[in-house]
This record gives sequence, C-alpha cells and structure tokens, in this order.
Amino acid sequence: MNALPARLDVEEPRLSAAACAHCGAPVPAGAGRFCCAGCEGAAALIAGLGLDAFYRRREGVAELRPVPLPPVDFSARAEPLGNGRDHRLDLMVAGLACGACVWLVEQALAMEPDVLRARASLTARRLTVEWRGPASRAAELAGIVARLGFRVAPWSAACLRATEDAEEKALARALGIAAFGASNVMMLSVAVWVGSDMGEATRALMHWLAALIALPVVLVAGMPFYRSAYAALRAGRINMDMAVSLGVVATTAMSLSEALRQGPFTWFDGATALLALLLAGRLLDRAARRRARQACAELLALQSAEVTRLAADGTARRVGAETVRAGERLLVAPGERLSLDGVLEEGEALLDTAATSGESLPRRFAAGEALPAGAVNLGAALVQRVTAAAAEGSLAAVSRLLERAEQARGRYVSIADKAARIYVPVAHGVALATFLGWWLGMGLPWQAALVPAVAALIVTCPCGLAIAVPAVQVVAVGALFRRGVLVGSPTALERLAACDVAVLDKTGTLTLGRPELLADPARPEGALEAAAALAASSRHPLARALVAACPALVAAAAGVSELPGAGLRRGDERLGSAAFCGLAAAEEDGPALWYRSPAGAVAFRFADPLRPDAAEAVAALRRLGLEVELLSGDAPPAVARAAGALGIGMWRGGATPADKAARIGQLRAEGRRPLMIGDGINDAAALALAHASASPAGSTDLAQAAADLVLRAEGLSALPAAVATARRAQAAARQNIAFSLAYNLVAVPMAVLGFVTPLLAAVVMASSSLVVILNALRAGREA
Amino acid sequence: MNALALLVPLALGLGLAALAFFGWTLRNGQYEDPDGAAARILFDDNQETPRCPPPDSR
Repeated sequence: MNALPARLDVEEPRLSAAACAHCGAPVPAGAGRFCCAGCEGAAALIAGLGLDAFYRRREGVAELRPVPLPPVDFSARAEPLGNGRDHRLDLMVAGLACGACVWLVEQALAMEPDVLRARASLTARRLTVEWRGPASRAAELAGIVARLGFRVAPWSAACLRATEDAEEKALARALGIAAFGASNVMMLSVAVWVGSDMGEATRALMHWLAALIALPVVLVAGMPFYRSAYAALRAGRINMDMAVSLGVVATTAMSLSEALRQGPFTWFDGATALLALLLAGRLLDRAARRRARQACAELLALQSAEVTRLAADGTARRVGAETVRAGERLLVAPGERLSLDGVLEEGEALLDTAATSGESLPRRFAAGEALPAGAVNLGAALVQRVTAAAAEGSLAAVSRLLERAEQARGRYVSIADKAARIYVPVAHGVALATFLGWWLGMGLPWQAALVPAVAALIVTCPCGLAIAVPAVQVVAVGALFRRGVLVGSPTALERLAACDVAVLDKTGTLTLGRPELLADPARPEGALEAAAALAASSRHPLARALVAACPALVAAAAGVSELPGAGLRRGDERLGSAAFCGLAAAEEDGPALWYRSPAGAVAFRFADPLRPDAAEAVAALRRLGLEVELLSGDAPPAVARAAGALGIGMWRGGATPADKAARIGQLRAEGRRPLMIGDGINDAAALALAHASASPAGSTDLAQAAADLVLRAEGLSALPAAVATARRAQAAARQNIAFSLAYNLVAVPMAVLGFVTPLLAAVVMASSSLVVILNALRAGREA
Repeated sequence: MNALALLVPLALGLGLAALAFFGWTLRNGQYEDPDGAAARILFDDNQETPRCPPPDSR
C-alpha cells in the first residue's frame, strides 16, 4: 500500500539517541535529539499543533529535513474560487511517503483558522488547499508544509499531464463493462454447458440473452483495441490489437449466427472474457508506467523556478521564465540556476557550467560574455541581459532535438509487434483455410463451416500472446520502481536489454559532481580552520568543500571581501588561486586553493570524488557483458584520473555536446547498441540518440527528459540491476511468446478439426494466460 | 420457466446496478488516490475541517 516502498527498505532506528527525532538523519553524540535547527523547529511546530501522533504513525523515516521554500511567487499561482474572496492553491509535495504524512499535512493546514479545505493525494503527491482570504496567504500556507519538512513546488502542467491520464480512465471504464459482460454471459453459458437436458427453447433463450448482453459489451469495451488496430492498419503496420479485434468481432458474429440457427453452443462468453482479461493487463501496464511518469514529473517540478526580472526603474519582480523576452534584464541571485541565455551586463561572474559543458571547475566570465542557460551562479548576484527568449534559447533547441529523437524511438518495433507481424497473417490464414475447407471441401453450410474457423481464431487468439509482453512489463517496471528506477517509455526495457556498450559521463554521473578536500598529512595545524573561516563566506564549490571538510563548526569571519574568480581576502590573509596569493603557479595537479597568511602559505588540493559505488557499478556492467567507455566534457587530466581509478581503457576528455552525440552516432553506425548514462544538458543529445539511456539522481531536467530511465535513488548501483532486470524481462517475454506459439501447435489442429467446444476454449484460454502470467512474475525477482 | 422469468431479469438487473455503481465511482474520482484511501481509513480522529470558522476564533 505504500507508494514509496524503496524508502522502507532502509532500516533506520526510529527514535534512538543517534537519529534525529524528526528526519531520522544521524546526529553526532551529545548534540541533542535533532540534527539541525530546521528539524527542531519542525518538531516544535508539530508538537505545538498537538499532532505528535505523527511520529508514532509514520512508516519508516522519510526525507523530512525542512528546506526553505523555492523562490517562486506562490501567490501568483493561487486561483480565486467562485465567490472571488476565497482562493485555492495546488502544490506538489515531495516526501509524502505514507498515510501519516498525509494526515500531518492536512491537519496542520486545517488548524489555520482561514483554511477551508486541505486535501493531499498520496498517489499523485498533490495537495489542494483552499482558504478564505487574499491570494497573498499562499506563500505562508506553502511555508507551513515546508517547515514540516516536505519539499513543495507549484503544481505544474507537467505534473498534471503525468497524473491525469484520460486513456487510463477509458481503459478502467472499458474493463468494468467487459467484466460485467463476461461474468453475466458466463452465468448463462454455464447453464447451457451443464444443462444437457435443457429444452431447445430454453437454450435459445439463454443464447439470445447472452447476445443481448455481449453485443453492446463487445462494441463498447473493445473500443481501445479497435482504435489501435485501425490506427495501425492506416499506417500500414500489423499489431497484436488487430488479431484481438478480429478474433473478438469474428467470435461475436459467429455466435450470433449460431444463435440464429439454434446451434448447440454460442461463444459470447469467450469474446467477453478475452476482452476483460486483455483490458486488465493493459490497465495494469498503463498504471505502472503512469506511476513512473508521475515520479519523474515530481523530480522536475522541484527544479522549476522563476526568474527575477528587473524593470527599467530597477524594481525586481519574480516571473515565469517563459514570459521573458530578449533584451530584458534579469537579476540572478547567488546559487541560482540561469534559465535563459544572455550576456553578462557588468562586472565579473563565476559560473558552475558542469551541467552545460561537463567541466567540474567553475569558470569566470567577463562583462559582455555570453552566459549559457543551465549554469549556476557561484559568485555575487549578477545582472544578465537576455539574448533569446525561452522558446528560442539553447535549452529550447535541445528540447526540440529531444522531441525529434523521441519520434525516432516511437518507430522502434517491439518484440510483441514483431511476433504479431508473423503471427497475425498465419493465424488468420489458418482460420480462412479452415472455413474454406469445411465449406467448399467438405460441403458444410457456410454457417456451420464458420464454427471451426472461428474456433481456430479463438484458440489461436492471442490471449496468452497478447498479455505475454505486458505482463512481463508490469512486473519488471514495478520491481524497478521499488528500487528507485523510473521507466517511462514502453520499449525502454527491451532496448536496455539489448545494449552492448555503456557510455558514461564523468561529472555528476560517475562522480558526485562536487569537489572534496584531499587529506594532506603535511598541512600545518590550524590552517584548515583559519582558511575555512575565510571560505565560509563564499559560494565557490572549492570554498564550500573546504568548509565541509572542517570537522568543527565554522563561523564566517567578518570583513572578508571576495573577488569573483580570484579569491577571498581579509586583511593580509588571502585564500584563492596561487596567483591571487602572490605565489608562483606551482605544478597544478587538479583543483587547488592556496591560503596565505603572515605565517606562510598552505595549499589545499581537491578532487571530485567518484561515487562510492561507481567502481562496483562499472564492474557489474562489465560482468553483464557491456563494454564501458568514459566520455566527458571535463579537462583530460581529470578524466584520465577517473578512468584510471575505474580501470576504464576507452576514455575521452574535453568532449563538447556535439562530440558526445557524434560518438554515440559512430557506435550506432558500427552496429553497436550504446547505453548512454549522463546527467547534464551537454549529455541530452547523446542520451536521446543512444539505443537506451539513463540519468542518475540529481540530473538536470533536460537530461531526465531525454533519458529512458531515471535513477531516483542516490548512486549508480541500480543501473546494473536495471540492465539485469531488463534482460530477465526480455527472456521471460521470449519464453512467453514461444510458449504461446507452442501451445497453438496443439490447439489449432483440434480447432480446425472441429473438436473444440466453448468450454474447452475457455479452459485453454485461461490456463495459457495463467502460465504466461506466472512466468512473467519471475522477471521481477530480486530486481 | 417461471423461475427463469424472475431470476434472469433479477440477475441482470443486479449486474447492471453494479456496473452503474462502478461508473459512478469512476466518475467520482475514487480511484485517483488508492494509496491515500488505504491509509485514510486508519485515521481515527479525522475531524472534518470546519466549513465555516467563526471569524474571530483566534
């Protein structure tokens, strides 16, 4: 029942002294019950509202560390209700993991005197809150949820698209109708089967009653299949839905003719039961995929932010990035990600361009230089003059490329369709030959000849075959979802199973994407603390790593001035590049910071560490028979080091996005099937071009949109597991198809010779489906 | 035959009623949050949010 069982897998002590009483994160001994002031505040808020039952009720410990609200104008998203005074706000609430979270959020909001209604959906992670009063209350109400420890974002159109699936609703409706029809027709059919002493008139009544139910049911509930078959026919393709449609329609027509000529049996039960079974399989398949899409949309919604537009008079307003036109000026706060292309208006800027170029070190930009969208501002607030609106910018160009790649992928022929291409003409040919043989060859009336022909259609009718692949998909996608791997595309697993070479990006994929201080035994005592006190006032990733490496709590020193891209200064202390500290540039071996004080100069060296499980993941990929390549936009020495540490022979540094895409294209031209794994905007093109693709946790939204698989769990270890699951699923799908075909070899001759009765057909159909479903369950084992 | 005249329409009527009920639950959005619904029945003190709070309650 839990929407996020992956989180439950982590056994954590609930309220022991070593775990934060609110979020469950480890707490150093003697530091109290909470890991941070935010958690303490959240617990105080919950206790103050009298809602502490939450801690007893929740299942497992979710990520509940309170975070500040995203820089979004929530009041602009509030919609006025009918009377004009009341407002409503829809929020995406990440971290809603169990019923207790829903209860906590709803109760906490309901305690506000002006809140009229608060309702959270655990499945969609959507919170709807309505209140009496002005729209400006929106941010405060969202803030309550954020203070409890849930990350919130405005409910975006993408979230809505992922949640509201009209087709799924239509399938559910069709399934209800088909189930009603199947059960009621079966009630009448069983009476005919067991009532051998039944009078002719009674039997005819039963048949006509069955027809009365079955005809509208077949017409309405079969619509999803007819539509798909018609679309395929118009496109000149053959798919499994054609066999289903023809089988169901022919069975119904033949049963009607049998009812008319008062034959011993009708087959309405077979037609309706087949529809019900196939619709159930299809609905489950769709629901599993929607869950994955929803989780993806949730990840993206947390990233979407607004921009700060500067009016001519210097006033700042937060607006959606899509409303900004070229030539307008934006204020980019420290730590904010640039949403639009532009040039730097004045001064200097320091940007982290890891997402756009793969460089692990930040770059300095001078006034007038072009700033790429997707980079993160590490220096002071900067003013950017937009050169291209969102729809024409570089990010939009990548999006268009992804759309084209998506269409190319839509043409991928799945294994089920491949089987259908051979199977459908053969099955229909056999049925036609049976009909002609009995009618012309044996001289039966055409209505009687129709019975064995349609019986052949029903027993060949791909009940087992049609659910052979979806059943496997449902099981495998569900198993991967529990491991934190989101599979959105219907053919992703098939393509993933076939991959034979893995192309990995370095920064942010194999590595954590942030530098860490290397240990240095020769470092004088106290130097780290002194340097960290300076570094605490900077956003530069090296400075942050320095602070993070300092074991004691660091208070930012006063009077520190920062020269973007150069270093920090306080009095005669300096922290920055060797040149900034007035030292001769030493042999640079990776990123380094120099600290110079009157006592002397100390070097701090850093490295972007590999993810702890990177080596294991690479080895596991190799064990699965995939060759591993490293393709990075970072400087060659850093790439070489990472490749050496992981034992990867094929590597390349300094690759531009075009180089990456070209390498994938080259591999494909050689007949290889590359699996691309990357996280940046610079990887998006390569991800879209690859045979299959994956992006790790914390990827940019474009990379996630381009990838077939999104790894939600931290680390790469889920990737080899996903490949293994995909291969197991593919093997199970093949076995299922082989089984369905083998069983036809026995069933078809019987049907052609006229030995098959509706009872036998029903038993055979149900048993073959059961075998296929049971086999599919194996695909999800130990995923 | 008399039994059939009663039982068959009765069975069909019950089936149709169930189908109509299913259609109503579907339209009513009762399948939109199955996980939440499963958890909600366990909230024992789930007091309804007051519809019209007195304006000066705090």
